[in-house]
Amino acid sequence: MNQMNPDGYTTADGRKIGPVLMEMKNITLRFGGVKAITDISFDIREGEIRAIIGPNGAGKSSMLNVISGFYVPQEGEVWFKGHRRGPMRPYQVARLGIARTFQNIALFDGMSVLDNIMTGRLTLMKSGLFSQAMWWGRAEREETGHREKVEKIIDFLEIQSIRKTPVGRLPYGLKKRVELARALAAEPRLLLLDEPMAGMNVEEKEDMCRFILDVNDEFGTTIALIEHDMGVVMDLSDRVVVMDYGKKIGDGTPEEVRNNPDVINAYLGVSHD
Amino acid sequence: METTATDAALQSIPALLARNAATWGALPAYREKEFGIWQSWTWAETAAEVRAIALGYMTLGIERGDHVAIIGRNRPALYWSMIAAQMCGAVPVPLYQDAVAEEMAYVLDHCGARFVVCGDQEQVDKVLEVQDRLPGIDHILYLDKRGMRKYDHSRMNALADIAAEGRAAHHRVEAELDGRTGELTFDHPCVMLYTSGTTGKPKGVVLSNRNIIVTSQNTAGFDRLRHTDEVLAYLPMAWVGDFIFSIGQAMWTGFTVNCPENAATMMTDLREIGPSYFFAPPRVFEGQLTNVMIRMEDAGRLKKRMFDHYMAVARRVGPAILDGKPVSALDRLRYAIGDIFVYGPLKNTLGYSRIRVGYTAGEAIGPEIFDFYRALGINLKQLYGQTEASVFITQQPDGQVRSDTVGVPSPGVEVKIGDSGEVYYRSPGTFVEYYKNPESTASTKDAEGWVATGDAGFFEEGTGHLRIIDRAKDVGKMADGRLFAPKYVENKLKFYPNILEAVVFGAGRDMCTAFINIDLTAVGNWAERNNIAYSSYQELAAHPKVYEMIQGHVEDVNRSVAADPMLSGCQIHRFLILHKELDADDGELTRTRKVRRNIIAEKFADLIDALYTGKEQIYTETEVTYEDGRKGSIKATLTIRDAAVVTGEQRMAAE
Repeated sequence: MNQMNPDGYTTADGRKIGPVLMEMKNITLRFGGVKAITDISFDIREGEIRAIIGPNGAGKSSMLNVISGFYVPQEGEVWFKGHRRGPMRPYQVARLGIARTFQNIALFDGMSVLDNIMTGRLTLMKSGLFSQAMWWGRAEREETGHREKVEKIIDFLEIQSIRKTPVGRLPYGLKKRVELARALAAEPRLLLLDEPMAGMNVEEKEDMCRFILDVNDEFGTTIALIEHDMGVVMDLSDRVVVMDYGKKIGDGTPEEVRNNPDVINAYLGVSHD
Repeated sequence: METTATDAALQSIPALLARNAATWGALPAYREKEFGIWQSWTWAETAAEVRAIALGYMTLGIERGDHVAIIGRNRPALYWSMIAAQMCGAVPVPLYQDAVAEEMAYVLDHCGARFVVCGDQEQVDKVLEVQDRLPGIDHILYLDKRGMRKYDHSRMNALADIAAEGRAAHHRVEAELDGRTGELTFDHPCVMLYTSGTTGKPKGVVLSNRNIIVTSQNTAGFDRLRHTDEVLAYLPMAWVGDFIFSIGQAMWTGFTVNCPENAATMMTDLREIGPSYFFAPPRVFEGQLTNVMIRMEDAGRLKKRMFDHYMAVARRVGPAILDGKPVSALDRLRYAIGDIFVYGPLKNTLGYSRIRVGYTAGEAIGPEIFDFYRALGINLKQLYGQTEASVFITQQPDGQVRSDTVGVPSPGVEVKIGDSGEVYYRSPGTFVEYYKNPESTASTKDAEGWVATGDAGFFEEGTGHLRIIDRAKDVGKMADGRLFAPKYVENKLKFYPNILEAVVFGAGRDMCTAFINIDLTAVGNWAERNNIAYSSYQELAAHPKVYEMIQGHVEDVNRSVAADPMLSGCQIHRFLILHKELDADDGELTRTRKVRRNIIAEKFADLIDALYTGKEQIYTETEVTYEDGRKGSIKATLTIRDAAVVTGEQRMAAE
């Protein structure tokens, strides 16, 4: 395994990791006088699972929002697929092929699971407002096509039994899964997961881990995720960025990160004796 | 049907499939809900798919008499892979898909399976886990490709790929395949099914083509099943009933088999399909009734009053109308109105709008539950059977249905009661043998073909219906010589929606005691309505209010048991509510959810001891197995309560 090879390499479990998909160069993000992120650089490679970890308030979610284009950093450059990315509107981000889930679930509570996932395909719908309203000919064919894709995702995430259930009635763990489904419906190249396992029990976590690995494996989707659960992060990810107080204190494979003294100090704590 | 099963041409399932493809080529044979749509295969398409799989097996070098294990939920392709195995002269062996790897290892080893067809990755993983102990396994096939990409495929393949290979290789292998299919007769084994066995290791029951086809023919005639009927295939494929309904009878009559999307969508799928011929164990009917009742509790006043009023009408006249007995015109009118406003919509919600014949078996069903469905106009009947009989021993004819009998002998079946009260039968469905177990075969089936059921029962005078009391070996004597029939009491207890499972002890003792398992759905709902807070099953089970309620049920049962002078000794003096649900994964129940008394008695010996030594409380630790096979333990302090019993003098006084 040659991780230094810029064109890509094959992991021990046989997944292909490609060249760099996204690169963050010297990002600094300020809210007024507060520095949320200070001079952070790292890259995300095609096909990898990249984790961002750190204690509370380390700036992980801010970082994810910079990746998604929601926050525009005051300093630094964001490169995506070899182009420097300027400030963008959310729909432009979606069209670039970036989808995300949220730490606090952001689904439409009154709509069914199916409809919620269908909204994920909005950017891929071609027919105009009028023809969709008439729902005839092309619009109808188009919806059938989208529904087929959505059904594949429903099958993939094993949520057939709640297909027609309003999201508001679902337990938390399933809502998380529906959010993942909606993000997947957009057929993203880069999938951002903001604490996908937060508040889950062990079994739900195991399921979610399996789904994340399967998504990466089956669709080749690049995944960047924020997670608190160290065990999960270490098992899932190919490479880990560690943040503390807005600064990057570690970057590398789970093994490297685990043995990094700064990381141990910041994240796991150190005994003062 | 002008043909009879004695026709030389129709002596195997593949032959029946060929006939169906020729007769009803364009009609649906199998449906499966996938990707939100009911995908459908005609008989002609089914025959082509089955043939392709069979050709695929041939390319893998399958031999006559090989065993092909099938593990997975009900899916058309898994049914096809069983028929394809038969075409190759091999014998399909369906296994329980929720069995853990260890249990599977035993069966796979015992039958010496050369091929294993798995539904998905989960099942493949289980087989791989034990494969190093099973050198006989030649090739693993799987249906769902998900997650399988990274596996070593040197001895593994997707079923669809093997079928494609078979199609490509048809010139090479089809002559041999047709030869093998052609030589199948009534005497060839059709399927091998492992009995769950309430004691000891599972036994492989070999059923021949004669067993399956003649039984299917007889019973399809009994209920006038037609090729336009629809069934929902959702019960374990390893269970003999599913084989008879979804393969035997389906092939014989040519009706459509519908497979649900997955276990969790079964109720929705049931509604969408609206089967006309339906089988369910009592717990499914119980569960549905509990749901209806819970939802009616939350319904508005008007709806609730309408429901109560018309259900009273239905209970009074519904069963009589269903049985074609005389009912006054006014009552018929009332029932018709009720049908428009209550019964019709309710049946539609449950998925029973189109049922012509419904069966329940396996366990006793509560009379209230049974009558509820009958009252709605659902032709629900009972049958009595076992794997060794290809299901059918007795069944209830239309118009002679009661909750306390299991009906008259099925067509072609002879039934007799032995000296000890045990039920014996002899039928065309009687199994060939237990695989590799001649001793058990000989002790179960005598030279004349009579098979001991292991159940004690008697024929009711006048009606000729069979009544089952209990497992023959469970019927015992108490210390003072009174009759002890635990199942009889347990069933009475289980008729209460709050009680999921009960185990009664008392053989050789001076009094009867019981373990109770509460039903989390029913008791949880009751707790919610009564503002009782709880955080876990264990806490709810130990709640004093719950104890009070269960005590009420136990005492009701005691009164009802006392009414029968023969069994009045079986009243429950002391009971406790278990801190965990009895579970097949822990070996306490069989995979078909029957209580395994010996294992429970051994495992909970401390609790039984406490029941008989007069303790008020007992601390216990119990080992549990999680779904993934890991072990853990639950600690609890259980309360033991005394229940009031009716003594002989009181009964005399009451009379």
